[in-house]
Amino acid sequence: MTVDVAWAIGWTRATAERVIARRAELNGLDRQIGDGDHGENLARGFTAVVARLDALEEEPAAIGDVLKLIATTLMSTVGGAAGPLYGTAYLRAAKVTGSPTLDSRAVVAMLEAGLEGIVARGKATTGEKTMVDAWAPAVEAAVAATDAGAEPAAVLAAAATAAEAGVAATIPLVATKGRASYLGERSAGHQDPGATSTAIVLRAAADAAVDVVTQSRA
Amino acid sequence: MKKLINDPQAVVKETIEGFGWAHADIVSVSIDPDFVSRAGGAVAGKVGLVSGGGSGHEPLHAGFVGVGMLDAAVPGAVFTSPTPDQIAPAFAAANGGAGVLAIVKNYTGDVLNFETAVELAEADDIEVATVIVNDDVAVEDSLYTAGRRGVAGTVLVEKIAGASAERGDDLAAVTAIAQRVNTNAKSMGVALTACIVPHAGEPSFDLPEDEIEIGIGIHGEPGRRRIPLASADDITEMLLTPVADDLALAAGEDVLLFVNGMGGTPASELYIVYRQARKLLEARGVKVTRSLVGNYVTSLEMQGASVTVLRLDSELTALWDAPVHTAALRW
Repeated sequence: MTVDVAWAIGWTRATAERVIARRAELNGLDRQIGDGDHGENLARGFTAVVARLDALEEEPAAIGDVLKLIATTLMSTVGGAAGPLYGTAYLRAAKVTGSPTLDSRAVVAMLEAGLEGIVARGKATTGEKTMVDAWAPAVEAAVAATDAGAEPAAVLAAAATAAEAGVAATIPLVATKGRASYLGERSAGHQDPGATSTAIVLRAAADAAVDVVTQSRA
Repeated sequence: MKKLINDPQAVVKETIEGFGWAHADIVSVSIDPDFVSRAGGAVAGKVGLVSGGGSGHEPLHAGFVGVGMLDAAVPGAVFTSPTPDQIAPAFAAANGGAGVLAIVKNYTGDVLNFETAVELAEADDIEVATVIVNDDVAVEDSLYTAGRRGVAGTVLVEKIAGASAERGDDLAAVTAIAQRVNTNAKSMGVALTACIVPHAGEPSFDLPEDEIEIGIGIHGEPGRRRIPLASADDITEMLLTPVADDLALAAGEDVLLFVNGMGGTPASELYIVYRQARKLLEARGVKVTRSLVGNYVTSLEMQGASVTVLRLDSELTALWDAPVHTAALRW
């Protein structure tokens, strides 16, 4: 089994729906340790992504084409730190997904490239209460699932579950990167909004893969 | 939420449209991409100065576009940095052939988006130097934070570097002057109330009626500690002392004293703060030779103020005194 361009589009639309639906929740998390606009910014960005997707005249040939469209749209509409960070993640992921389908190894390569993009742009590492605290365990789990022979949908599900655990693990952390770092010790006890949105994105990827599998069997 | 707005999503565009019409003799406004630049375009042979950042800090930065200060300003969404595809065209609009200096406040989003825009501009053969403003002493500067924030000192960097560019200094010299102002300017702020970001519709943080937050940034985000409300003189001392200590001010030095309002505090209270800050500086034997008091770097309707001290020398003083003609600052 593989995931295909239809999956990438389904993933994108699911991400947009969920980010928009959880806009207030993400704003609220950001309000506690940042300036309260993370949900707003991502909702604005993904609304623009869906508009550009709807305006496409023909279906993209490769998964990377979809990811590149997301990257450039987020970079030009989101602003803040989330725009360049997610933009770079999708751009790096696009570079390694220039094919119509991805097997489990290729899914892992995509997730790894995304993580490397975030780390390169944000110069963050794990334990600093950032998106990396969701991305890094997701990549680890995806590698483990692939080594165990899992199919792409299961690899993505493992990544999403690990990302969600990573989000919960950000709560006690003291932020040392990004705006929450200005709070110092007082950032402990709050869930990181960037890690939360990362988990939303990865769960959408896993759910979209299930949808694709379900449809192909129907 | 009680605000004079139409649609939260339209706040920035409607602001800069109105700003552009009100100050058509000084600026022209571009919509999509959104930026404000000098009326008449870039000045040939002059280093261009560009700054930008989230909206909600008016008059920063658009209010400081004009002769003697900025060539272009790039407003992001409220409290959100602008995007590279806004910033790069602003660099182009400000470039008179002598290169551009980007003045960036030290917030992760601002730094990342400006970095990307600099890469785009360089691909178009526009030379861009960057100075990161980080004057806020409230945040401990250590390996474990993203560094100190850029706050009210940004105005002083923009004014003095602007005068340097206006007198014909080259890009390296203007950059060095901007860096010198940044190194010698320190700030610290206090919030009495929170502000309401239009698209959020509720206060940005919870601050009980009888408490204040010391060491805030320009979004009201915390820095040092929360304490019970105190007298203006006591609060001023809590702001001025760390600033003066960080600068290691010595008796006999000249300084510029800048008391900045966060948007919701009346001028009368800012002058009460200024009075005490000046007394404290004089008690250290420091001479206040230049002053600025008013709402210049705001946080929407937040009540509060910040105190900035800039160590002056004769060159910085002369550049401060040089003529400036912008919507928000002119002499």
